[in-house]
Amino acid sequence: MQRQSASYKYILGQRTFEFNDLKDLMAKATPARSGDRLAGVAAENSEQRAVAQMLLADLPLKTFLQDLLIPYEEDEVTRLIVDEHDLVAFSLISHLTVGDFRNWLLSDLATPKVLAQVRPGITPEMAAAVSKIMRNQDLILVAKKCHVITAFRNTVGLPGHMSTRLQPNHPTDDVTGIAASLLDGLLYGSGDAVLGINPATDNVAQATKLMQLMDEVIDKYKIPTQSCVLTHVTNTLEAIELGAPVDLVFQSIGGTQATNSSFGFDLSILAEAEQAALSLNRGTIGNNVMYFETGQGSALSANAHHGLDLQTCETRAYAVARKFNPLLVNTVVGFIGPEYLFDGKEIIRAGLEDHFCGKLLGLPMGCDVCYTNHADADQNDMDNLLTLLGVAGCTFIMGIPGSDDIMLNYQTTSFHDALYARKVLGLDPAPEFKHWLDQMNIFDDVHNFVLNDSLPNAFSASLNNILEQ
Amino acid sequence: MSELLLQEELVVKHTVDNSWHVLRQYTAARIGLGRAGISVPTKHLLDFQLAHAQAQDAVHLPLNIEQLKDDIERLKTDIEQPYKADDASAIHSLAVHSQVNDRAHYLQRPDLGRRLDADSADLLKRSAAPAEEPYDLAIVIIDGLSSFAIQKNAPPLLQLLTQRLTQQPLSDDKDETCRLAPIVIVQQGRVAIGDEVGELLNAKLVLVFVGERPGLSSPDSLGLYLTWGPKVGLTDESRNCISNVRPQGLVYQEAVNKVYYLLSQAHQRKLTGVNLKERSQQIEGSLLEDGKEQRNKNFLIS
Repeated sequence: MQRQSASYKYILGQRTFEFNDLKDLMAKATPARSGDRLAGVAAENSEQRAVAQMLLADLPLKTFLQDLLIPYEEDEVTRLIVDEHDLVAFSLISHLTVGDFRNWLLSDLATPKVLAQVRPGITPEMAAAVSKIMRNQDLILVAKKCHVITAFRNTVGLPGHMSTRLQPNHPTDDVTGIAASLLDGLLYGSGDAVLGINPATDNVAQATKLMQLMDEVIDKYKIPTQSCVLTHVTNTLEAIELGAPVDLVFQSIGGTQATNSSFGFDLSILAEAEQAALSLNRGTIGNNVMYFETGQGSALSANAHHGLDLQTCETRAYAVARKFNPLLVNTVVGFIGPEYLFDGKEIIRAGLEDHFCGKLLGLPMGCDVCYTNHADADQNDMDNLLTLLGVAGCTFIMGIPGSDDIMLNYQTTSFHDALYARKVLGLDPAPEFKHWLDQMNIFDDVHNFVLNDSLPNAFSASLNNILEQ
Repeated sequence: MSELLLQEELVVKHTVDNSWHVLRQYTAARIGLGRAGISVPTKHLLDFQLAHAQAQDAVHLPLNIEQLKDDIERLKTDIEQPYKADDASAIHSLAVHSQVNDRAHYLQRPDLGRRLDADSADLLKRSAAPAEEPYDLAIVIIDGLSSFAIQKNAPPLLQLLTQRLTQQPLSDDKDETCRLAPIVIVQQGRVAIGDEVGELLNAKLVLVFVGERPGLSSPDSLGLYLTWGPKVGLTDESRNCISNVRPQGLVYQEAVNKVYYLLSQAHQRKLTGVNLKERSQQIEGSLLEDGKEQRNKNFLIS
């Protein structure tokens, strides 16, 4: 099955460039980033990177079905990728090299309909390989053609739409503090992807309390959206058994079995969790019940990357995600820190790669457009990435008061930022949610994204409640 | 006249305040900022930029070693530092360096920030306690991701901690004093470098002060890490951590109370890490029961 290592060789003029194996070639063809340097897998210089990209472009796509980057016997993610691969869907592109695959994706032959048909024939490694030889505009252009629509209590991912996760985190999970951020977000039109809290205290009792809090808000204001507490999948399973109102099941996932076992789960637990959430039958218009988060660097930080580059590991995580029909998948691109993605340029590139690869593989891909204070990045870099992703048709972004997550200590997109993207790019929230925003008088003119200058009636009573105390 | 009035109205109305900004008294989240069109008003934009500038400066500002050594020497304490050569009344400190070259290198190579350079290792070996008479405690002060946190918080925290250790020795035997190693100041270090320092000095227990990853509203946050039997290669599960030590967070006296508790437990039980953590989780569990009863109490619902 294994190709001879000698076959990864490129002759440029008088010189021969050799690569140890396919994963070495993939890593050296990857646009520069600090995490690959930390792992010792990055190209030694720019010329070697450019040559690796030329050699990679010459490889037939079929190579990735034979030369497995992590052995089938060692890794259940590899087994998932191989066992689920659809040869009939692949037949449309099976004659292509990686370089021609890029040309084909950019061509008018690759319509949204055709791209959806080919999807099950594309493996994560093929997606990762082609992304490595694509410019940012290529990643945007092709991603925009990949339509992925999911539903629970509203419809996520329609072309011309962008949803937002309302993220009302609080450092002590204080219910009044969380409610204040929820109110702020709803009044800025945020929250159609999900109301999603990262709990400060991570256990079943706390998760259940926060699930109930959000369930009551959704119920009282009749909000066509869903909630999620981002706790470990096993906590959510336990909460379901206890009768908690679970809309979406959350889990952080990675692209190798060892990464996932460091996260404390395997594929059978995800399957069990999806079934448990489906059994609650809480979706009104759809049955996508999973919410996954990913991010380049997670496998390396768990020392579970098998010598693969960051981005190839990340794309393999999408095979895990698509097995379980998620409502939302979120790449938390700039959270991990500068030892993995050093600056704004590397964060922006990674965000576009993840969005493209996720969409190509059929995922409802969103992005936490974010950075930490020790990365060489700022709000301007986030404006750039947000705008690029908005153009690319990104499924959803985060929304947080004033960009400042006071619990996780990082900066992500604000409620204001989402409205900026809506206004300049004409991006609507989910149609059911838009209708609700209109009915609640949160916007004066919801079609032109003009907010109401005064507090809508339905919320003024609640605000008076607390002010009178 | 009517045109002028219209213009005045535009001037007055170009930013919108949010009546719910009063909820800021319940949360540090940046809620109710108001808006100019749909954008953040100038005042809040500039406030954010200042906070980000302070957080970034905290990462890049080099630790002022001379100042810190000076501040430490001026502390008033009677703590015992055996094998100390010179001035007996001042706290003895040593400055060392990791294998990292500069800040950009530091940010990209956490592995090198966990190891001492060769000169530093030699210096510490010369200050080591004899094999059969280890130090009770080594305190290692590391710049980490915020030199600002160290410069500001390490001296007052060290003052309170050494006072406490003088009054209340770690061992049960009241006649015994706490044998403190020279204070070690590390530049361009990560938490785990404390283990190498502790091992070279021959200390039973190492306590690390480190500048934490700065948050937007907390550029001066100091973290405390504790390892029993420090040696190179230990990971987070062997340590206990106390986070967010700063005047607006966990105040010095509370931090000293917590860390003294852990230090004395570590000396008694001869361990740190997961097994000490379990106790604190039990405490958390009991707090949750109270929270459960009050879960419905939020203004959006009631």
